[in-house]
Amino acid sequence: MSKLAGKTAIVTGASRGIGAEIARSFAAEGANVVVNYSGSKEKAEAVAEEIRKSGGEAIVVKADVADADQVKAMIDETVKTFGAVDVLVNNAGITRDNLMMRMKDDEWDDVININLKGVFVCTKAVTRQMMKQRSGRIVNIASIVGVMGNAGQANYVAAKAGVIGLTKTTARELASRGITANAIAPGFIMTDMTDRLSDDIQQTMLGQIPLGRFGKPEEVAKAALFLASDEASYMTGQTLHLDGGMVM
Amino acid sequence: MSTVLERVTKVIVDRLGVEENEVKPEASFTGDLGADSLDVVELVMELEDEFDMEISDEDAESMSTVGDAVAYIEKNQNS
Repeated sequence: MSKLAGKTAIVTGASRGIGAEIARSFAAEGANVVVNYSGSKEKAEAVAEEIRKSGGEAIVVKADVADADQVKAMIDETVKTFGAVDVLVNNAGITRDNLMMRMKDDEWDDVININLKGVFVCTKAVTRQMMKQRSGRIVNIASIVGVMGNAGQANYVAAKAGVIGLTKTTARELASRGITANAIAPGFIMTDMTDRLSDDIQQTMLGQIPLGRFGKPEEVAKAALFLASDEASYMTGQTLHLDGGMVM
Repeated sequence: MSTVLERVTKVIVDRLGVEENEVKPEASFTGDLGADSLDVVELVMELEDEFDMEISDEDAESMSTVGDAVAYIEKNQNS
């Protein structure tokens, strides 16, 4: 039995990396998937096309996650196409790394806006639909650096720590309506975002990982699938560390 | 055609599981009808659907009784 048969899932930032992998794996488990993107239209289309070729259902919707009007339009389109929103995966995120001493206000604002406010905007917008349904699953992709801190990422760390807190409040506010909210805190996962880090930094990070290797997007997708499925029915407000043991 | 009060009453009875005779104009959602803050948010959402209108958060906050909601809807209804 497919774990998400007949369910509809919106995955933000699903054109590549962890988001694309979550979209593919959800579709493989029977979900109708909304592949959201803000910039990479071709890549988002390619993810959806791949899903359809494997016999799944997917639509591509452009929306800036921090823009309430665009997000509302995305949810309306989802409900119009698939009739419900069972799962929201808040995955969209950016980095603008810099030492705090050198960090510009706009580097701070951009990251907080997409990575933290975007989660708030999407969660708020989807809540209306999920409350009516009396069920829903919200999965927030945070980061292990939101738990441990990281030099050069003040903005990203603050946003991701914020997401973990927001997950807990979402869980508390919506539990009575059958909606759960959990977060995943990935460590070093091999994606475009982490490829950009220098070899030095990569080697240093490897030394801090007990399992001795970087993670794969598929490994994050498996955790997201668990949290989105009925198997996680008694779990809410939690943050799963998927980091090879970096933080214990 | 049902009156606004009748339609509002039906939404409240369905949502809050109260008896119809408890839904008086002076009844307050949280005080008399046992709604919590999330119930009130949901109630407003359902009234928006029932009457096909948008109720702003500011306006929603000013509605504390059944009578407030009915008066607001009668005043702002499109049709």
